[in-house]
Amino acid sequence: MVATVGTTIPAPAGPPQDRPRPITAVDDRGDRFFRLGTSLSGLVVLGIMVAVGVFLTIKGLQALRVAGFHFLTTSAWQPDRRHFGVAAVLSGTIVIALIAVVVALPLSLGTALFITDVAPPKLRSWLVAMVDLMAAVPSVVYGLWGLFFFQGHVIGFARWISTWFSWVPIFRVAGANPHSPLAASTVYTASAFVAGIVVALMVMPIQCSVMREVFSQVPPGEREGAYALGATRWGMIRIVSLPFGQGGIIGGTMLGLGRALGETIAVYLIISPRFNINFHILETGTNSVSALIANGYSEASGFGLSALFAAGLALFILTLAVNFTASIFVARSRSGASSEV
Amino acid sequence: MTDVVQKLEASYEANLGPTVIPDCADAPEAGRRALGGISREGTLNLIGAAVGAVSLGLLLFGRLSPVAGPFGLVVVSYLMFLALYAFLTSVTEGRPVVVDKVMTVLMCTAGAVAGIALVSVISFVIWKGISVIPRTNLYTHDMSQAGPLSPLSVGGIAHAIVGTLIIITIAIAITVPLGLTCAVYLNESTGRGVRLVRTLVDAMTALPSILAGLFIFATWILILGFERSGLAAGLATGIMMLPIIIRSADVVLRLVPGNLREASAATGAPQWRTVWHVVLPTARSGLATAIILGVARGLGETAPVLLTAGFTASMNLNPVHNPMVTLPLAAFEFVRSPQKALIQRGFATAFVLMLVVLVLFAFARFLGGRPAGHLSKRQARRVANRSLRDAQRFRARPVEVN
Repeated sequence: MVATVGTTIPAPAGPPQDRPRPITAVDDRGDRFFRLGTSLSGLVVLGIMVAVGVFLTIKGLQALRVAGFHFLTTSAWQPDRRHFGVAAVLSGTIVIALIAVVVALPLSLGTALFITDVAPPKLRSWLVAMVDLMAAVPSVVYGLWGLFFFQGHVIGFARWISTWFSWVPIFRVAGANPHSPLAASTVYTASAFVAGIVVALMVMPIQCSVMREVFSQVPPGEREGAYALGATRWGMIRIVSLPFGQGGIIGGTMLGLGRALGETIAVYLIISPRFNINFHILETGTNSVSALIANGYSEASGFGLSALFAAGLALFILTLAVNFTASIFVARSRSGASSEV
Repeated sequence: MTDVVQKLEASYEANLGPTVIPDCADAPEAGRRALGGISREGTLNLIGAAVGAVSLGLLLFGRLSPVAGPFGLVVVSYLMFLALYAFLTSVTEGRPVVVDKVMTVLMCTAGAVAGIALVSVISFVIWKGISVIPRTNLYTHDMSQAGPLSPLSVGGIAHAIVGTLIIITIAIAITVPLGLTCAVYLNESTGRGVRLVRTLVDAMTALPSILAGLFIFATWILILGFERSGLAAGLATGIMMLPIIIRSADVVLRLVPGNLREASAATGAPQWRTVWHVVLPTARSGLATAIILGVARGLGETAPVLLTAGFTASMNLNPVHNPMVTLPLAAFEFVRSPQKALIQRGFATAFVLMLVVLVLFAFARFLGGRPAGHLSKRQARRVANRSLRDAQRFRARPVEVN
């Protein structure tokens, strides 16, 4: 050490005198008010969220008591004759959501990878804006597009699939006569397939933004390491990006699934309701819980309303389960952990 | 220790000998390798595969199985293209490169499909509504004077525009203060409550919007006995927007650098001053984006409004009395009719709705897109001016001598 002139370095005098200062929090009145206020808001939000579940249960209990366990196994919906259940609507909801996710998953994964790894950097922010914009387009607009534009164009494809792949059970279409050139194509309209693809466009941006977020956090060192070892771009993605983003991919997909399960207006516009379990996805007619509620709430009697609330409760539990699973996957993934830094 | 090192060094020298620097004087000058870009061969492969695929697709769909529409033609041609491209690349390249090329094409396709879908949705709505969109009566009249068979020069959606504004204002008045306070709570407090609220909010982000409507329908209308009105619809929309806004605001607040908070605490500021003067201003642009995107979602939702607002064809300015209608609900009701004119009105309504959402979205991009703490030039100038004023104030203050 170089001591400048005039500086005196104090000699250590006996035992050290520095003891930790006693730190006492000043009881600030503003702070107490602040903490009270914010906690209160948290409590209110918690209360609202719990109340949604509680009130659906309360209102649905009357119908659930009557239907009992048959509520899950009956597919007819005739509450006034005390013969009703969610087997058809719930299975329809799940089928539409699954089609949506099956279509949206490759699309969103590809778009996310395209944005992070393939697209030129100048294009990147535009692509991100495009995906965000897709998420912002109202669902009724997608519904209109699906009903008046997309359905007409996809029917030919649906007919082609059912003609050549009818040996696969889910692609079978009752009443279709593929060998007659004059056969009406109405047997293919309003199907779970059409609704599923339209819903896929809606959930795709949600899935994509979760995945993109995760892929953009891939450590550059690992990325460059893979390139340095001679990996092609896809090789790098396969060994670095995809394993790193696994949690985000699964979580994003589940989030999209949750959104697809609850989609109302687009599905309601496109499908024609029917009340039996139908796994033939190309066939006219399917149903979903939210379409059932949107369709029936205005005409329903007291008991019919209670049945609708019970159906809503079933949907509520289903989406909540899916979302909780999704958040567990996102939280456990390595990618989630590294974003906390 | 030292003899181990010596032994090692000795063994190295025995095995390797002295280092020799190779003489590169006669080595041929190597050109710079192109690492990026597309080679001529790659371009030719792409073009060849594309031409082949379109021809095969036309053959299959135009000649052999002519029933399927253009959508099927595109799908089959695309699959053909992938197969041909893989084959052409495999003529000169090894397996890893072939896989890489095919995967790159797939990723580009995914991006392109998303873009085409978005453009298709937007342009289709404009195209179908174009005969109504330029008419001024669309924006100034309501539908009370217009029946289903009225010409397009009569009636409009002014009532739906006003209804949307009133309902979204109610929703904003509830969600923004509550949502932001809750996001602050999630970030500034600790404990089990925070985790519980955060988990629940996360799970509720994807709450089906119709359930928010059903909840208000059950409580506000059935149990409390109020009528269907703009207020009920605003409450339902608010409940739908609340988790969305809390979640995105939470994410934004989490990005505020911890050292800013600590610096504020070190100057002796109580927590609420830290939040009010440091945390919230730092995250301002991100918070604005979060709110605007949440509002855009709320604007576009039909399902909660469908259950709670009722439906009306005339202008209603009173949010607590008589039904009210919003743009998405009006569009939905219009297109359910078989009348061509009404369907056109529905598309025009959807266009107006989309325009509002687009404007909000552009505004959000304009404000946001900047991480917490990064200032625009104007903001930076304002901050600099403020600290200059502070410095002058300090200098002007009489110095106390202890």
